[in-house]
Amino acid sequence: MSKIEEIKPLRIDPKFRYEIARMPDGKNILQCFQCGTCTSDCPVARFNEKYRPRNIIRMAQLGLREKVLSSDFLWLCASCFTCTDRCPQGVEVASVIRALKNLAAIEGRIPQIFRAQLGNLLKTGYICEIPETRIRKRDSIGLPPLPKGNAEGIYRSLRDLRIMKVIGVAKA
Amino acid sequence: MSLNKYIIFLGCMIPYRALSYEVSARKVLQRLGVELVEMPEFNCCGLPLEPLSHEIMLILSARNLAIAEREGLNILTLCPGCAGTLKKTSRELKEDRVLRDMVNKHLSESGLKFSGSINVKHISQVLLEDVGLDRIKKTIVKPLKELVVAEHSGCHLSRPRKHIEFEDPENPKALKMLIEVTGAKCVEYIGETECCGATIAGIDDKVALSLVREKLNHIRDSGASMLITVCPSCHFMYDSNQIRVERMFGETYGIPVLHYTQLLGLAMGINVNDLGFDELRVSPAKVLDKIK
Repeated sequence: MSKIEEIKPLRIDPKFRYEIARMPDGKNILQCFQCGTCTSDCPVARFNEKYRPRNIIRMAQLGLREKVLSSDFLWLCASCFTCTDRCPQGVEVASVIRALKNLAAIEGRIPQIFRAQLGNLLKTGYICEIPETRIRKRDSIGLPPLPKGNAEGIYRSLRDLRIMKVIGVAKA
Repeated sequence: MSLNKYIIFLGCMIPYRALSYEVSARKVLQRLGVELVEMPEFNCCGLPLEPLSHEIMLILSARNLAIAEREGLNILTLCPGCAGTLKKTSRELKEDRVLRDMVNKHLSESGLKFSGSINVKHISQVLLEDVGLDRIKKTIVKPLKELVVAEHSGCHLSRPRKHIEFEDPENPKALKMLIEVTGAKCVEYIGETECCGATIAGIDDKVALSLVREKLNHIRDSGASMLITVCPSCHFMYDSNQIRVERMFGETYGIPVLHYTQLLGLAMGINVNDLGFDELRVSPAKVLDKIK
């Protein structure tokens, strides 16, 4: 016997698409007519059955804010910009998806890798920890010393952003 | 502004895992008479953090642009991701006064200001537009006629079209022209413009490695004996991850992946030991044997 699933009403935010349209490179979301060029040309969609840019755009247009912002697949966009360049309606699909990720992040939905990268950035200016062996290797093959990051300057430039409070970045 | 002097922007990936690219790039640029000045201060271009916040990306990018402006030099990058991000920020801030004022307010907290007085180019754009194929040709002392190669330009060298304004993303030619000037033959293959998956390797490894496998399969079928890249992240995916892909999917490749600057260095007759070949994970021995 198949299990009967509880039916939950979908929460709709009718103004959501205008919120997206106001974000950088987001305005053409209103022009999407669901042709599916983005999904059919998407390299990630070939290897992941959940990631479908066309569906993401449609969910955003319909105001399914909670559903789309809480989805894991949102973070699978590789930012290759194939969809953006090929959309016949001029929708900057990758930028719309970026806008959705930014909104999810503001709500505290942040994959661990970004927290780690930001942590490194605030310490050294680089998003990854450059191992000591690499620094020595540079020296041994005659490369100049690595430029230093200005941790204090970086922190001061970023500290007033809302996202920094969401992440809970304390002064180093 | 000088076409022979740039401030070099290394980014994060080059010092982290592509010293072979940096060392070979510096060698060939020196041969071509291009002078490089180091960044007096550095932070990440912002691209990896853009999924988190567009503003973080803009501010990080603008900081670097402002630092280079103080030196009065155009930026040369080895990473197409850095070039694309710095170009995009520069363009957005020049066009949008409100955004520029917002970003400059953040920058003023550490005594910096963006005014938009410099340009940004990836090394392949510098080689094609500022140095020129004729000048490169004059430095070739050992044409690599024996080599048949495939190229992978990578997404951010041309996409998104409106920000990069360098070449046609559907039919990229820059790297092909740069390869042909070395005397090597560049073959065509299926899926030349497909993504390497590096940006999602930290989110879903399986998808990223599937993209690598697909690309390497097409290259194996193309008749090329090696792959040439101009991006540290693409290079990492195809070189360092090649062994992982072989293990994960039961494939056999052994396809050497060279940074373009290593190929050019060979054609210039620069000593192999000075071009970082020891850093490559897939042995380039069969390539080097052919040109002995």
